[in-house]
Amino acid sequence: MTTTASQPPAIAAKGLRKAYGDKTILDGIDLTVPAGTIFSLLGPNGAGKTTTVKILSTLIGGEAEELYVGGHDLATEPQAVRASIGVTGQFSAVDGLITGEENMLLMADLHHLSRGEGRRTVAELLERFHLTEAAKKPASTYSGGMKRRLDIAMTLVGNPRIIFLDEPTTGLDPRSRHNTWQIIRELVSGGVTVFLTTQYLEEADELADRIAVLSDGKIAAEGTADELKRLIPGGHVRLRFAAPAAYQSALLALSEATTDDAALERQGHGDGSRRELRSILDWLDSSGFALREVTRDDEALALKIPSDGSQRELRSILDWLDAVGIEADELTVHTPDLDDVFFALTGGLAQPRKETVR
Amino acid sequence: MSSLSLAVRDSTTMVRRNLLHARRYPALTLNVVLTPLIMLLLFVYVFGDVMSAGIGGGGADRSEYIAYIAPGILMMTIGTTLVGTSVSVADDMTEGIMARFRTMAIHRGSVLIGHVAGSVLRSMISVTLVGAVAVAIGFRSADATVLEWVAAFVLLILVALAFTWMAIAVGMASPNGEAAGNNAVPLVILPFISSAFVPVDAMPGWFRPIAEYQPFTPAIETLRGLLLGSEIGHNGWLTLAWCLGLAVLGYFWSKSLFTRESR
Repeated sequence: MTTTASQPPAIAAKGLRKAYGDKTILDGIDLTVPAGTIFSLLGPNGAGKTTTVKILSTLIGGEAEELYVGGHDLATEPQAVRASIGVTGQFSAVDGLITGEENMLLMADLHHLSRGEGRRTVAELLERFHLTEAAKKPASTYSGGMKRRLDIAMTLVGNPRIIFLDEPTTGLDPRSRHNTWQIIRELVSGGVTVFLTTQYLEEADELADRIAVLSDGKIAAEGTADELKRLIPGGHVRLRFAAPAAYQSALLALSEATTDDAALERQGHGDGSRRELRSILDWLDSSGFALREVTRDDEALALKIPSDGSQRELRSILDWLDAVGIEADELTVHTPDLDDVFFALTGGLAQPRKETVR
Repeated sequence: MSSLSLAVRDSTTMVRRNLLHARRYPALTLNVVLTPLIMLLLFVYVFGDVMSAGIGGGGADRSEYIAYIAPGILMMTIGTTLVGTSVSVADDMTEGIMARFRTMAIHRGSVLIGHVAGSVLRSMISVTLVGAVAVAIGFRSADATVLEWVAAFVLLILVALAFTWMAIAVGMASPNGEAAGNNAVPLVILPFISSAFVPVDAMPGWFRPIAEYQPFTPAIETLRGLLLGSEIGHNGWLTLAWCLGLAVLGYFWSKSLFTRESR
């Protein structure tokens, strides 16, 4: 992530639009990707991710107020743009009729490398992508993961400064996916800019410096993974009870904890314990810990207490539980993940709403 | 790198890719010569007696019919080879690697040029194979000079080149290889309704103009003239005109299909 002020962004788009007839695919999106970073375009199928990659990689045209890739205007210098990019599309872009090595040498020739340089580069990349053994076999016989590796290796032959990866891990098994992630991280450590599309939130979270959530042709939100997570207060502590009786008493304690001193007294708390409890509750209130927003899940016998999952908050929750004598059978901490963000922003399946305890 | 040397270098690479395909899959090249070979043997050895009665005012023997049919079979070979071209172009266009080529800073036309050069080369290989069989079963050129042989060869290349551009356009206009195989069928049918097997004079009057002026007949008559010394007449010019027309049409058709925005 070394970006100097003088360096133009690797990708800059303003008001990018694309429509087929009266069907709008991209409805005026703005993108700025600083050089040397990983940018992830996240969205469900049909959001316009692939269309965006196709436009930015010169495959199809698009309208925009401003559209620069690698400092070159896409409209007037497509060939200069092509010289600075590498693209690995959603569907494998390898020639199945020839071997992996021949595919690689084809790329070396098209990048006008000298014979020796080409052979050296190809041998290095085949080695790096664990394809040396399969190099002499036709690419059509490769497994999905191998094809994808060959695909990315071919993209790297020309040493592109900006790499587009359109859903690079879709359809890969977990091991291949982690290998691909590793490869992408290595690329960026070498100063390359990566523009990645994915429908996997985990992937964007894992890799990207900045994430834009694309929904229905519009950018619904943009920021770092943390910034996006902050948009949705999805973090909570979940208390689960094995017995309905314990659950009921916890509910009771909860409703009384949110009332007043009189209630606490009725509960049989002496002055001392009441003061203690009161101070904990006050502290909870002051630290923004909102017992009032606890949600209940009667079927699972569980309570969800909003929380950021920090040690301080956990301790205060545990103190409160001890003070009111509640013993949960299971306590789990949920931090907000991009799933919450994704669903909230793209209007997909919302979390089932639960009744708020009053 | 200047744009010309870029064009030459990238096109050379693409031709090499095309020939690599042909070498890896010899069936691609061999299958397409089966039809003309079977036609040659069928018409000479099975229908030969009847067919030969119809040429040269009757009374011709089998060796004369071999001489008559060989130039037509050679042109037909070009046609069947080019069906293979249409199929492989259509298949290639559906391959993901096409998208990759389009995002690379390479000469835009090199992909097509690779197919054209590869196709003409494969046509010549096919023609040589079929020609060798024709010679083996008794085809002899009457009294062709070296110059006429060279002209005959240039003619075959020219016809292959012109039809190749059409075959490529047909391949690109087809959604997949199977469709391309069907769409390119005229390349196989046209020789049958040309003067390849029987003289145009022997056909019904209403059909003669179609047979006489379709591209294969003038090309076959010109080849006959060069190899066997028969009258070429206006067929030479007709052939050139057809080749030029088809090449230009095929070129612009292919080019517009190639640059058309993909969805």
